[in-house]
Amino acid sequence: MEIAQQELAKSAETKTVEVSGSVALLEALITEGTEVIFGYPGGAIMPIYDALYDYKEKLNHILVRHEQGGIHAGQGFARTSGKVGVVFATSGPGATNLVTGLADAMIDSTPLVCITGQVFAHLLGTDAFQETDVINITTPVTKWNYQVTDATEIPEVISKAFYIARSGRPGPVLIDITKNAQIQKFDFAGYTPCNHIRSYRPKPIVRKEYIQKAADLINSAKKPFVLWGQGVILGEAEKEFKAFVEKSGIPSAWTILGAGAIPTDHPLNVGMLGMHGNYGPNVLTNECDVLIAIGMRFDDRVTGRLDKYAKQAKVVHLDIDPSEIDKNVQTTVPVWGDCKETLPALTELIEGKSYPEWLAKFKDYASKEVEAVINAEIHPGSGELTMGEVIHQLNQLTNGDAVIVTDVGQHQMVACRYAKLNQTRSNVTSGGLGTMGFALPAAIGAKFGAPERTVVAVIGDGGFQMTLQELGTIMQSGIDVKILILNNRFLGMVRQWQELFNEHRYSFVDIASPDFVALAAAYGIAGKTVSERENLNDSLKAMIDHKGSFLLEVMVTKENNVFPMVPQGCSVAEIRLK
Amino acid sequence: MSTQKNTEIYPAKQEFNITVYTENQIGLLNRIAIIFTRRKINIDSLNTSPSEIESIHRFNIVVNETEDVVRKLSRQIEKQVEVLKVYFNTNEDVIWQELALYKVPTDIIAEKASVERLLRENGARAVVIRKDYTVFETTGHREETDALIKILQPFGLIEFVRSARVAIIKDSDGFNRKLREFERLEPGEEVSENEYLNNGQKIFTM
Repeated sequence: MEIAQQELAKSAETKTVEVSGSVALLEALITEGTEVIFGYPGGAIMPIYDALYDYKEKLNHILVRHEQGGIHAGQGFARTSGKVGVVFATSGPGATNLVTGLADAMIDSTPLVCITGQVFAHLLGTDAFQETDVINITTPVTKWNYQVTDATEIPEVISKAFYIARSGRPGPVLIDITKNAQIQKFDFAGYTPCNHIRSYRPKPIVRKEYIQKAADLINSAKKPFVLWGQGVILGEAEKEFKAFVEKSGIPSAWTILGAGAIPTDHPLNVGMLGMHGNYGPNVLTNECDVLIAIGMRFDDRVTGRLDKYAKQAKVVHLDIDPSEIDKNVQTTVPVWGDCKETLPALTELIEGKSYPEWLAKFKDYASKEVEAVINAEIHPGSGELTMGEVIHQLNQLTNGDAVIVTDVGQHQMVACRYAKLNQTRSNVTSGGLGTMGFALPAAIGAKFGAPERTVVAVIGDGGFQMTLQELGTIMQSGIDVKILILNNRFLGMVRQWQELFNEHRYSFVDIASPDFVALAAAYGIAGKTVSERENLNDSLKAMIDHKGSFLLEVMVTKENNVFPMVPQGCSVAEIRLK
Repeated sequence: MSTQKNTEIYPAKQEFNITVYTENQIGLLNRIAIIFTRRKINIDSLNTSPSEIESIHRFNIVVNETEDVVRKLSRQIEKQVEVLKVYFNTNEDVIWQELALYKVPTDIIAEKASVERLLRENGARAVVIRKDYTVFETTGHREETDALIKILQPFGLIEFVRSARVAIIKDSDGFNRKLREFERLEPGEEVSENEYLNNGQKIFTM
């Protein structure tokens, strides 16, 4: 293998060198700029792991504790770095353990290339040991997948995989490689990245006449409202978006995956959309006259009841994925394209304006929300600790510069609502799929994607227990991840619904937990638990200042509800403050 | 609820012909099929075969759905990496045919002159004539091939099979040319995603 590497280095571009499929794969990953691989070995991927033994210097492989942890780490890496996450798993159970992460990455448009080992090609369909029909299992949850049975296919297939994963609307790609193809030697002519597939058009053509129509509509608006989503971040169009918002003077609100594209305290950032979003953005969605949606997909958690959603408004929708236009909300003017290109064109055509009265309405609603909800949540003064005050104090300590990784549930909504984000790619969460257990492994990946930044994983006591084995990964890799468990001794979000809609019938939401601090200690991770208000700030500070990973468990009030809330089946205007 | 309102919320379902041009790739049939099954939509008829361009396949899919649903399905299909182009058309917009084969006992056919006349009237032709059985073939719409089943049933119809529907789009000048462009062109520069939008009247696409 060493020899193969040296020969590869020596050989001119035109020459070929005989290598195994596994070496060709690793060479391809290096050429694609892969720095870190999250993986777990097994029988059917052993030839690749054998080749990896000689590539330790060039490729950093992180051994996870479960393939689901591996793929969530890959997602976290992709979210903070903007690069493609790479994941290895073996056949059968290794591959099926990826499915949740694939579904999560698919719905949240996260670029991943997952490599799974597969049994020898001649055993396919024989119910061989650890054989699973991975291609068919993963088809609905991948942007593209492909089974390689011959080593000569590897360079081209891997180049297509990276191109498809990262281009257009990004997404996960899975390549299943049979063991014989991993072993087979072939004449490798070097690796050429792919930049074109005949049947695949990642970006629709930008049509100027629609940008003009959109600009006309925006220029004529009295009460325009911008909704932005992760498309702004995925398109690396934060600057272009900020320029658009500032010139247009339009109040702008975000979906949770769009959080941080412009800073939380930007004067035109009016807050979060959706079921647990801010009061003003929800109510005023049904009052605006022109709704400008940028890189977002009108998820049901954002729109509430669709037939009562922004019916009075004309809708401009900018999206790179043509199938999103008119999918949920009827568009007046569609703007197809990459917002990195369409936003500057639109900014040029709009008039510089401000809407002081309209913006004041958002402020009015914001103060009502502060009075009714936020004050009690972030400055409770007495009683048990609240999730909101923990996040609020964390903001002050990190100054809004940390990457906040969240799991799923009440703590997620609270963290997204109250976290201060100064820069883009600071919010990593499982949005579309709502995968409990996401945060801990995703935080590991997030740290590899942004090694210079503080990464705080905010997790509930329920979600933490779904993937806590990844503490082992933290221990072994020596990575610095801050783990903040908000423990309310309940599966809080389900409990909240049972309280509000099922007459307090608390059905299996009372969850016991182990001693998290002792558990962390068993993995050699420092930790602390806190339940008193006077110790909270010091404890958070101890966590942030600690060199290396740290687990802080905060005991919070058991039966707190997240408000505001748009109850399911209600319109956004029917948002409740209590 | 008035009828007027009802049609607004539930616009009428009708047969749509979805034409899909794809790469010839293992697994693509499944990728397309699950777009329907995920939404619990039944595929009434499915034909897939090589197109006039080597390595490009053409699917003809028939579903009974509303236009809005069919448009969304078509967009999801076109989004697949290995799909080149999707069109959808109502039955009025296409010329379509199904092929049917009928196996009947030869002795009865030979004895009954009326059967021969019926076959001729129904545009059937004999594909195979053996001592023991004869296979007739006819093409046409569902009602036409169905009609011949009814006619042959009393004469000892042994076996019947019908193909999926194939359909040619009436307003389709230049599909062949367009496909050849796909063959030639480099990254989607000139092949626009939305180029048919201006042609909405003539061609149904995204």
